[in-house]
Amino acid sequence: MQRILPRHCLLALLVFLPVACVFGLMIGPEWILPFSFGNDHAVISNRMIIEQIRLPRTLLAAIIGAALAVSGVVMQGLFRNPLADPSLIGVSSGASAGASFVIVLASGWLGSQALLGVSLIALGAFLGAMAATLVVYRLAASDTGTSVATMLLAGIAISAMAGALNSFLSFIADNHMLRQISLWQMGSLSGATWTKTGFAALAVGAMLILFPRYSQALNALLLGESEARHLGVDVDRIKMHIIVLVALTVGVAVALSGTIAFVGLITPHMVRLLIGPDHRHLIPCSALAGAILLILADAFSRYLLAPGELPIGVVTALLGAPFFLSLLRRQGGSTGAM
Amino acid sequence: MLRLNNIQLRFGSVPILQDIDLHLQAGEVVAVLGPNGAGKSSLLKVASGELLPVDGDAQFNGDPLRSLPVQLKARHMAVLPQLSLLNFPFQVDEVVLLGRTPHDTGIEADRRIVDEALRAVDAHYLRRQLYTQLSGGEKQRVQMARVLTQIWEAGGEGDRLLILDEPTSALDYAHQRMVGDIMRRLADNGVAVLTALHDLNLAAGCADRIVLMRCGRIFAEGTPEEVMQEDLLREVFEVDFHRVTHPQTGKPWLLS
Repeated sequence: MQRILPRHCLLALLVFLPVACVFGLMIGPEWILPFSFGNDHAVISNRMIIEQIRLPRTLLAAIIGAALAVSGVVMQGLFRNPLADPSLIGVSSGASAGASFVIVLASGWLGSQALLGVSLIALGAFLGAMAATLVVYRLAASDTGTSVATMLLAGIAISAMAGALNSFLSFIADNHMLRQISLWQMGSLSGATWTKTGFAALAVGAMLILFPRYSQALNALLLGESEARHLGVDVDRIKMHIIVLVALTVGVAVALSGTIAFVGLITPHMVRLLIGPDHRHLIPCSALAGAILLILADAFSRYLLAPGELPIGVVTALLGAPFFLSLLRRQGGSTGAM
Repeated sequence: MLRLNNIQLRFGSVPILQDIDLHLQAGEVVAVLGPNGAGKSSLLKVASGELLPVDGDAQFNGDPLRSLPVQLKARHMAVLPQLSLLNFPFQVDEVVLLGRTPHDTGIEADRRIVDEALRAVDAHYLRRQLYTQLSGGEKQRVQMARVLTQIWEAGGEGDRLLILDEPTSALDYAHQRMVGDIMRRLADNGVAVLTALHDLNLAAGCADRIVLMRCGRIFAEGTPEEVMQEDLLREVFEVDFHRVTHPQTGKPWLLS
């Protein structure tokens, strides 16, 4: 497949992002067209819907999408494997276990209190994500640096343990809790509020700004770790920074919206097919593409079963997989390991 | 410029390198020869600072290798590993441009150097192709161009060192000779070249000094004329060689 120039891609995505935002605001159980006039009552009600529900939700989708996509990019770069995604370091499974823990054991005596607009479940998910990543990282770190291969295996093992804990918690949960657990795991943006969105914008935004600093180092790392070292990259320091940044970013994202599969895996792929693997362009383009993808997926999740809602994880997979497959077919396997 | 004194290297209790003394001057090509497992790659890795010896002293441009900041080192030392596993679809010129990572000379200068290095390894016509679609020999030439860009120009204080681990393993005859010529030309420009080779005749043709290794020790060291002795080679490689003199270059030529 022919590459396109990175700046053209960036421009196109920059144009398309607001379009996707407007689309996300319009669509839902109630179609709301911009500049629509009707009787005052309807206009006021529509304004309420937009201001209080759809706008924070659409923005949250954009932030989470960007966070997941960029985390996917840097994980694939760090592991030098286009199949890597943030869940490899145990973030997602840790978060699931943490959330289940709170749902099953803690919500009984703590009630459904909220801290800074973030529910206790989200807090549990975040702590679970951090704990899992910390263990994985400690296991892989040794005197001679961090072994990426060990980290991969440790990630699998810790994910399995977190999965077992999760299953156990599901097993002892009652029906209501069980439904809550499985819904949380499918991911949803339905709880978006302005506080949540503001928190996400601050937390994720701050971390997203840091990622592009590592583009050059990630490019060198694609050659191999010792090659990167010979190119003057302080590999161990960079690795630690990136793991911590990804864990924090994905931890926040997962805490706010549950596990949303596929965005972190697929977005970097699609963008890489279009503009090549240079991280200097890949990171910003993937951030925008991830944001657009999740806004659209969220819009569809609200529309398809209106007035009900599909879990967004289902939509990302249903929407993303065929598109991804068609891209793979079009390139005809010509890029080898891609 | 590179001084290895009394280097000892062990993996666990297995000795890999013992009593290695090797000094390199700017402007010379030193070829390391020896059978598989003799410690050639390990020696190169100690020289590049990738492996830390358990004992002994390694210095590069007067600084101990152990504590030299990677960024500083990378401006004067480039290393081509035996095997390069890059499986992301970079364009060839992008791969080569990565060699300029440690330098901040600006994109104009970097592009010019990339162009020159690609021409030097006869890979300029590949520059717009995807690295992942190249053949083994083409990949090796592209990686060669990448490390060349890293030490293409003398920058700041200190001499430049190029370490090549079997740079010709996937190349055809013409390109093997090309690599030999490149090493010579670099040395004439003041670069020290340390390379592991398997082809004795290539080594005899382009090296100023040859280091013959056996079982983790330096078995013999000297000019090609001194080291390329039939009895020495028999002892190291366990193969009978017949030495003649190349009619054009006047260098030793070995028939096996």
